[in-house]
This record gives sequence, C-alpha cells and structure tokens, in this order.
Amino acid sequence: MTTFDLHVDSVRNLNQSLHDLSSGQISVNNPGGQHCIACGIDAELEVSIDGHVGYYCAGMNKTAHVTVGGNAGPGVAENIMSGSVRIKGNASQYAGASGHGGMLIIEGDASSRCGISMKGVDIVVAGSVGHMSAFMAQKGRLVICGDAADFLGDSIYEARIYVRGKVGELGADCVEKNMTTEHTAELTELLEASGVDAKADEFRRYGSARKLYNFNIDHADDY
Amino acid sequence: MCGIVGIYLKNDDLNPELGQLLAAMLVEMSDRGPDSAGIALYRDPVPESSCKLTLHAAGHYQWGLLQTEMAAHLKADVSLNVLASHAVVVAAAPVDSVQNWLSSQHPELRIMSAGSAIEIYKEKGLPVEFVRDFKLHELNGSHALGHTRMATESAVTTEHSHPFSTGMDLCLVHNGSLSNHNWLRRMLRDEGVDIQTDNDSEVAAGYLMWRLREGDSLEEALNRALEDLDGFYTFAIGTKDGFAVLRDPIACKPAIMAETDDWVAMASEFRAIAQLPGAEHANIWEPSPATVYMWGH
Repeated sequence: MTTFDLHVDSVRNLNQSLHDLSSGQISVNNPGGQHCIACGIDAELEVSIDGHVGYYCAGMNKTAHVTVGGNAGPGVAENIMSGSVRIKGNASQYAGASGHGGMLIIEGDASSRCGISMKGVDIVVAGSVGHMSAFMAQKGRLVICGDAADFLGDSIYEARIYVRGKVGELGADCVEKNMTTEHTAELTELLEASGVDAKADEFRRYGSARKLYNFNIDHADDY
Repeated sequence: MCGIVGIYLKNDDLNPELGQLLAAMLVEMSDRGPDSAGIALYRDPVPESSCKLTLHAAGHYQWGLLQTEMAAHLKADVSLNVLASHAVVVAAAPVDSVQNWLSSQHPELRIMSAGSAIEIYKEKGLPVEFVRDFKLHELNGSHALGHTRMATESAVTTEHSHPFSTGMDLCLVHNGSLSNHNWLRRMLRDEGVDIQTDNDSEVAAGYLMWRLREGDSLEEALNRALEDLDGFYTFAIGTKDGFAVLRDPIACKPAIMAETDDWVAMASEFRAIAQLPGAEHANIWEPSPATVYMWGH
C-alpha cells in the first residue's frame, strides 16, 4: 500500500506516480476538494481517496478501481473507459459525462446532467439525480434508485435508463418502455455488480422514441 | 468564471476570526478569479440614529480633511477609519443627508456601501494582494461574502469589481453572465436606479435594489429575478442578518454549501470550504436550481 498525503504531495506528483505504476493499492489522504485527482490512470490499480474531491476526479479512467470516501465535484469519471469509480457520498454536475465503458457507482445523490452524452458506461446511482440527466445519452445504462428531476433523457439515443422512484417531466424524445425479462436480468446484473441493494422488478425503463433521429418535415414549424 | 465565498458564524466566539477564515476561502478561489477581489463584511452595527458608509477614492486622498469637513457640515460626530484605498465613515446623522452631501460636495468619492453594519472593500489584483493590503486577517465580524473576479463581460477596474451594493446593508456577488443586461439597464435607469458601469452584475444588483424599493421582500425580489434575469448565475446576497443564495434554473455555475454547529458556508467549490475548521465533518449539499436559500439570525 502506497500512501499520498495531498497536504504535502501535489496532485501532479500523485497522478504521475499513478501513471508510472502497473499495479497495486494506493491510498490518498487529505484531498481537500482539489481538482483532477487520480485522472488518466491506465493500470490495474486500486485507489482509495479519503475525503472530498473537486472537479474531474478519476477522469478518463481505464482498468483501475477508484473509490472516493466523500463527495465528488463536477465531472467525476468524465470519459471513463473501463474499470470502476465509486463515490461514497454525493456527486456534483455531469458525473460520468461521455463515459465509454466501465462502471460509475454513486452511493448518494447525483446532481444535474448525470450521464450526459454517455457512450457505453454503466452508471448506478443509489440516490436521486438532478435535471437533464442522460442528455443525448448514446449507449450504456443509467440506473437511478431514487428520483429523476425534469428533462430526463432529453434527445436520448440508444442508452437505457432504469428508475425506481419518481420521474419529473421527461425530456424530448424520451419515453417509458416495457420491462421485459431481458431488461430485468440486465438490471439485476448491474445492481449486483454495483453492490447497491435494490430489486430489479421495482424499476421502470425509459429510452428513445427514436423520433428525433431524422428531420421530420411535419415539425418544421417547431423550430 | 468567478469565485464566490460566503460565511455566516453561528458561534459568536469565532467572530474575531472571521477575516482570517474569509481570507483563506478567498485565496483558495484565486484560480477562478485572478483579476480582482472584494468582500462585504458585517460587524459592529451602529445605533439607529447613525449610519455607516464605505467610501473609495482613487489615488492618495486627504481623508482627515474629509472627516473634519463632514463633521462641521453635518454638525454631527463623524469617525473615519482608513483601510487601503477605502475608508469607513460612521456619522451620527441620517444616511440620506450624508449620501447627498457626499455626492454633491465630493463626487470624486465612490460610495461602496451604506447601512448600519455592512462594509465593502474591493480592488483590482490577485486575491492574495487584496488580503494583504486590506489586512483581512485582522477583521472581525458576524458574517461576510467574498468574490474573486475573472472578467468576461466588462473591464477590469475597482468599479467593475464585486460586491455591488443593492441598498441599505445589502450587497450582491455574482458568478456567471447575464444576456439581457443592456435592456434591463435601460429599464432600471428609466425607473431611476443609479447604474454606474456597463457591468452585467451591477444590473442584477440594481434590479434587486429596484424591487426592494418597490416593496418586495428579498425573497420575493429573488423569485422575481428568476423570471426577469436571462443568463447564467449563482448569486450570493449579503443581508444585515445573514446571506441568501440563488442559482438560475439551468444551474451550470457551481455552488456548494456546508454547515456545522459553528458556521454556515457557501462557495463556488468545496476546496474553499475545506479551509474552514471542521469542514471534513460538515453537512454538505449542493443548492438546487431556481431555489432561494436564506440564512439569518
């Protein structure tokens, strides 16, 4: 176990060390809300951060497993490629934005624009999400165990959204869809993988009505 | 981009440390606003028959002469305390008479704040220079707001810096940009609101001043602002008793709040709050969009 103390070590030094390692367990103390902690890792590392982090924590993560013991600022796990990022507290805006793969688990609530433009990442939120979550989401699964605020899934492509709680106004072209056995099985797997305690049959599914894919001359007056 | 910080002390024992706590938060927000810095500080309220004003002068100023002249003209006790380019005046006279005398006899002076407890200091330059020049570590108080500015809409001058006074013991700091400020400025000037610069945030301050003058409560004025102000904003509004926070409905501009038994704080980023004692165990949350939050005694 290697330990970094961000009261003493710089974030740049920490990140360079994480890029130089190929495996191991790393503990980070006193993050103090600093930005870009544990960004750009591409190795089998287990990184545990004890406290609250600022912007863009664990961005571009590949293969590694990063756990944040507190809250995360805007853009946590942005563009995650693989591996996992777990937030024990709440996450701010655009968590998991444009993520390509891997899993982001938020044990508290996520703020607005969670999973915006997601491209294959799986996101499991044990709490609720803010407005405009899964905006233009292209691929991957967003699981919301609490409520979703307004404009969920606006202009969504082929990502799948599962919500257990209340949903505000749906975004443009986002509709509720049937839960088939395939979806229940998929959701059960996601919940198990995330370690979040919830039953798949309590969720509803949302996705694209696929009416915005092509320009429709009948809608010309709407623009 | 700008940085906002605010702190409200629930534990009066911390009042002597207010400036020191605020300084740490402000300097931490330097990356968000290296162009200028400013604070509004609430302390030592004067009796009802008196008023407190913060004045700003460009360059070297004969503050002692001003004090003598003001006392003679107003036939009242006047105390004056100079802090860098600013001076705080306490006069045993109605605030209107002091303001009128100053604007007619000393137009070279800018009135930064007026009220009974508020003091506003702001200046161009890095927050760390501001903290040093205005001796922030020595300032006491019950609550305060701070702002670090990265100018996007208008020039970098002391006049364009935050906080902006919005009336007696009120002020506003802003992170964001308003898109309908030109139209609003014309409307407010027609309503007789004095707007001095082309800065968008000053328009937001003028808007609140206008609504409060028209009889709105601060909460009503802020809810109306949600309808009338177009653009991005996180506002923090200082009041005599505490402070208020408002974010626009899209809420792109960040804000974080935290509370312990000793204090309530808000900031653009958690790393500013992380400077406060006990922050690691604080109750922390993100204020919801289009929702008015208020703290006070």
